[in-house]
Amino acid sequence: MAEERKIVYQRPHALLPVNTNYCPGCPHGIVVRTVAEVLDELGIEGTTVGVAPVGCAVMAYDFFGCDMIEAAHGRAPAVATGCKRANPDNIVFAYQGDGDLASIGMAETIHAATRGENITVIFINNAIYGMTGGQMAPTSLPNQVTQTSPYGRDVATAGYPIRVCELLSTLDGVALAQRVTVDTPKNVRAAKRAIKKAFQYQMDGVGYSIIEVVSTCPTNWGLTPQEAFSWMRENMLPYYPLGVFRDVLAEGHESVAEAAIERAKDCPIVTEGGK
Amino acid sequence: MSEKVLMKGNEALAESAIRAGCRFFFGYPITPQTELAAYMSKRMPKEGGTYLQAESEIAAINMVYGASAAGARVMTSSSSPGISLKTEGISYMIGADLPGVIINVQRGGPGLGGIQPSQSDYWQATRALGHGDGQIIVLAPSTVQEMADLAYGAFDLADTYRTPVMILADGMLGQMMEPVVLPERRDELPEKPWATTGHKGQRPHNVVNSLYLTADALEKLNVERFERYEVIKREEQRAECVMTEDADIVLVAFGASARIARSAVVHAREKGIKAGLIRPITLWPFPTDAIEATIGTAKAYLSVEMNMGQMVDDVRLVVNGRKPVEFYGRTGGVIPTPAEVLAKIEEMNAKGGE
Repeated sequence: MAEERKIVYQRPHALLPVNTNYCPGCPHGIVVRTVAEVLDELGIEGTTVGVAPVGCAVMAYDFFGCDMIEAAHGRAPAVATGCKRANPDNIVFAYQGDGDLASIGMAETIHAATRGENITVIFINNAIYGMTGGQMAPTSLPNQVTQTSPYGRDVATAGYPIRVCELLSTLDGVALAQRVTVDTPKNVRAAKRAIKKAFQYQMDGVGYSIIEVVSTCPTNWGLTPQEAFSWMRENMLPYYPLGVFRDVLAEGHESVAEAAIERAKDCPIVTEGGK
Repeated sequence: MSEKVLMKGNEALAESAIRAGCRFFFGYPITPQTELAAYMSKRMPKEGGTYLQAESEIAAINMVYGASAAGARVMTSSSSPGISLKTEGISYMIGADLPGVIINVQRGGPGLGGIQPSQSDYWQATRALGHGDGQIIVLAPSTVQEMADLAYGAFDLADTYRTPVMILADGMLGQMMEPVVLPERRDELPEKPWATTGHKGQRPHNVVNSLYLTADALEKLNVERFERYEVIKREEQRAECVMTEDADIVLVAFGASARIARSAVVHAREKGIKAGLIRPITLWPFPTDAIEATIGTAKAYLSVEMNMGQMVDDVRLVVNGRKPVEFYGRTGGVIPTPAEVLAKIEEMNAKGGE
């Protein structure tokens, strides 16, 4: 009998056997596990270096089995750049939240993307600062109540949320920008395919890839995990639609470099080279 | 045998860093360190290295952090206002025990200040490079030759003690040309088993980190780091002493102002005044031993600086009230003249004779 049993589900090797610090019902656990599954399936745990952010995922260096670097708040893309440039054969990814990536680290995000750094960014967008207790984030929705927007985000004074994938998709250095979510098994599988593609693009040297995961924060939203997913589907997905915003290979290019030249084909210095 | 070449201080420093095995330079344009970055942008591609112009000083120091974590010899250079931006990253490097070399070609401050030479970042370099308990090694060249030599040695110090090392130069040393013998190239670099290079399934994962949420754990690490600092203080103090054995008035000056102080000391001797000079080469660790060696014979100390009086604090801490300590300096980018310093020596000498 025993030989007929087979393991169909277990902890990925790239996920260390530790307790995470994530709250009950937090989708971070799903995403961390999904990234670890991808590292296993691509067989790259031993050559991968992850960069953890400041925020709820700050302790991610204790969860992933690959080598890990803890970055200052928002600086993960710059740290990943230094690491990747030093060892281009390593696979380097940054795991960041919305405050880290789209507020304090926006300059590092945009410039790593426009340089076409051959790194992968996993971006968790749950429209709130979780770790510090629920403040307004750069992706908090208009009228969303948070600790620091107690009357709802007033766009007249606090401005509008940033759609990161749409913004980055305008940059020539971006190979893949895709938005996913993890509220259902089907969507988790789709998210995993996107994350795997992002790492594969890096392995193939295509260029910078970012996977934005629309997520929730049951604790700071004051909702149950199920209610939080409902609120996310109802309010976040219309504002942050799922989909592929840039995929240079799918668009018929071989690389970001080729796509960039095509886009600027009427600019002689781009096509013919400088003096 | 290496031959002498005529080079600018900034360029000699850059070439020397390459010869020390540095293949990664991340920086952001700022006067008066421009020649250093330009030299690196020209040379690094020829060496198979990386010159990357970062989007900001903050990004540059964090790229240094990432490349250092990956085990590379890496540097950045800037000038005073840019160093202020880098202090966040330097604090993280201290906390994560990462080596790296940071060049500050100082200009006048505070704020945007000016672009003339200055030494007004002494306090920042030796006291306040970012938040938290921590120090970094600070080296003060005073010639173009020393720009080359100290930059070369800085990488070894950084790797040996796993700490950032700063070269605290100034616009005068950066821009001036002098003959220099460049150091020999080296290719064999120290192993870094702690680096995040991918574990290849051969070892547990390496983590480069400065976060410790348990107070006891953080205290233990800080105490251990300060024990390392005690070794650095004991082993790495460096100073040049000029005619200090019989000196009544001992000048203390570093970098560009030491060149002026040296002239003033020679002139004072010609006038029969027994002056001498202690030139700290390491600003941290401060060369307390060199000053202590003169405490029995010196009648007074004079700190000469291109600022409002910063290193004089450290001189006073060593002298500790046993002898008078005075200060002479110009600031804002004004360079003191040997005549001004000589006048101060004469004034002190007259007081001492009373």
